[in-house]
Amino acid sequence: MSAAAPVVLAEGLSRTFGAFVAVDRVSFAVSPGEIFGFLGSNGAGKTTTIRMLCGLLAPTGGSATVLGLDVGRQAAEIKRRIGYMSQRFSLYSDLTVEENLRFWGGAYGLFGTAVAARIEWALATAAIEAQRRTLVRELPGGFRQRLALVAALLHRPPIVFLDEPTGGVDPEARRRFWDLIDELAAAGTTAFVTTHYMDEAERCHRVALMHAGRLLALDSVPALKRTFPAGSVVEVSCRRPAAAMVAIERLAGIEEVALFGERLRVVLARPSAAGDLAELVREVDGDGAAVAPVDPSLEDVFIHVIARAEGRAA
Amino acid sequence: MLRRTLAIALKELLQLRRDPRTAFTLLAMPVLLLFIYGYALSFDVQHIRLAVVDEDGSRAARDVTDAFLQSGYFDLVGYGHDARALDPMFASGAAQAAVVVPPRYGDDLAARRRPELQFVLDGSDSQTATTILAYARQIVASLSPEARTGGAEGAVVGLPIVWYNPDLASVRFLVPGLLAFIMMVTAVIATALAIVREKERGTMESLRATPLVAIELLAGKTLPYLLVSFVAASTSLLLAHLLFAVPVRGSLLWLALVMLLFLTVSLGWGIFISTLAETQQVAFQLGLLSSMLPTLLLSGFIFPISSMPAALQVITHIVPARYFLVALRAIVLKGAGPEVWWDQALGLVAYGTAVLGLATVRTVRSL
Repeated sequence: MSAAAPVVLAEGLSRTFGAFVAVDRVSFAVSPGEIFGFLGSNGAGKTTTIRMLCGLLAPTGGSATVLGLDVGRQAAEIKRRIGYMSQRFSLYSDLTVEENLRFWGGAYGLFGTAVAARIEWALATAAIEAQRRTLVRELPGGFRQRLALVAALLHRPPIVFLDEPTGGVDPEARRRFWDLIDELAAAGTTAFVTTHYMDEAERCHRVALMHAGRLLALDSVPALKRTFPAGSVVEVSCRRPAAAMVAIERLAGIEEVALFGERLRVVLARPSAAGDLAELVREVDGDGAAVAPVDPSLEDVFIHVIARAEGRAA
Repeated sequence: MLRRTLAIALKELLQLRRDPRTAFTLLAMPVLLLFIYGYALSFDVQHIRLAVVDEDGSRAARDVTDAFLQSGYFDLVGYGHDARALDPMFASGAAQAAVVVPPRYGDDLAARRRPELQFVLDGSDSQTATTILAYARQIVASLSPEARTGGAEGAVVGLPIVWYNPDLASVRFLVPGLLAFIMMVTAVIATALAIVREKERGTMESLRATPLVAIELLAGKTLPYLLVSFVAASTSLLLAHLLFAVPVRGSLLWLALVMLLFLTVSLGWGIFISTLAETQQVAFQLGLLSSMLPTLLLSGFIFPISSMPAALQVITHIVPARYFLVALRAIVLKGAGPEVWWDQALGLVAYGTAVLGLATVRTVRSL
């Protein structure tokens, strides 16, 4: 981590809605220029956290600062200085690309030549110059998402908050969107992104795993994967994977079994269980079956961390 | 502050231009409604089906028939010499009114014995009957030679002099009310959808994250519609002047001021509804319900407030069109200045402050 002051600093940040605890004592720091991922399933508390950081929702406990400003007391100042791309569609479909940009610039007080220059920058950055006079409703999903992102950056915020930005667009459009985030981060803009896509989380510099309002893990993707001892994730190839899966699930020392096409992906509680597994598989499927160690995926880590946390809770 | 308000206002105008339905509702609908209702909505009675029973047969008796027909209000549907023929005509509705000229009418008139004409009316529609009776009285009065020559004795009938609306054309009384009604309904509907639309489309969440504050958002949402509704209202008034001969006797400046005040209240009411409703459908229905019926029934548009029960008269104070109508009629029909209607204008100012204040409070809470 760099020595610069954190762009976002949360300490014991909490939010309750009545008896429901949406965010439970979350602490983390985001450095300038970082792509910070917030990974979790729906209802994990990602959106509640991002809304508190953007000054849209007051915390009920703990504290957080964004650009050194307190989210509870300086919400108005924060709004002026950050970019925010909401989960919901943030563009006007009955306005053209250019009209949308002009409006969102105006909402941040940009007018005249100041906004004109930024519109040109936005069109070039999002690669939508050719569509400047196209109504947004006629724009493909991927284009809209890139437009929404640059629209949130017209006033040059040092940090942009993206709440599940790529819902409903195809993988190619998602890839291009993330290339754009990489570019912006390289130019110094901090990106705070929530997602429930593993492949998106893989592109973040650091990932925070959220589950049921709590922050379960926070590290870079390789470091998160290293929490598994080598050899604890294996792949089983066999002729009758479904039958093998039933048998494996009964075996001791197995944490997780999942079927991927014709292969089984098995997470072992300890690497030494691999021998028992290989023996069992050959027993039920014949000698052709093979067990080979593979690298753990972020999803493996995610499931493992949640299982561990829930085991502790139970 | 001003820039952000302007950004919203420009965006609203652009969206309005792309949305022909709303633009039509705001601009053409008032004119269309005025046209339709202006002609349909009239208490004036014409083409009254008249039967004449002439039991005299003199020249003077024929003068009676001619006088009725020449008034322009009556159509002759039957002519005979026996009053018994009237029964079936009234029963079937073939006749609405009948004049019975008694025997020796001509002689009596010449001898100044004050002959009596019998006038028979279908009273099942009392409103119409009253109007017909008033016409008939005027016509009968004009029959006596004294009335014609201006003599002071005999069959002279004192004719009332009616100010502002000499022929008591109801259209002059109704059209200002109609204008208020149309302005209220279209303005409320237009803005009722303005904020709820952002909520429904999801853009509200993004607006919330910008430095926009409630007042900027509301001002930006109201101003474009104020402009458009003002144009529509002025066009309607001009049309009312041209088509229905509604005079504009007062100052145009005062008229514009009162109209702007009333439109601001209507738009504010719509904005307030918009902050309450969660869907455009609910906003539309709330807008329609809360603007149409009260304005129609309780503003003095059709039913004079002074003839309502006391409790209802108190309730009329929550209908913004009530204040506007008094001021509007005073300005266009009587040419009255602010010394006459300042209290009504004050009522509108208070009303507008209240609804826009409520809307701001609601928006602050959701922003």
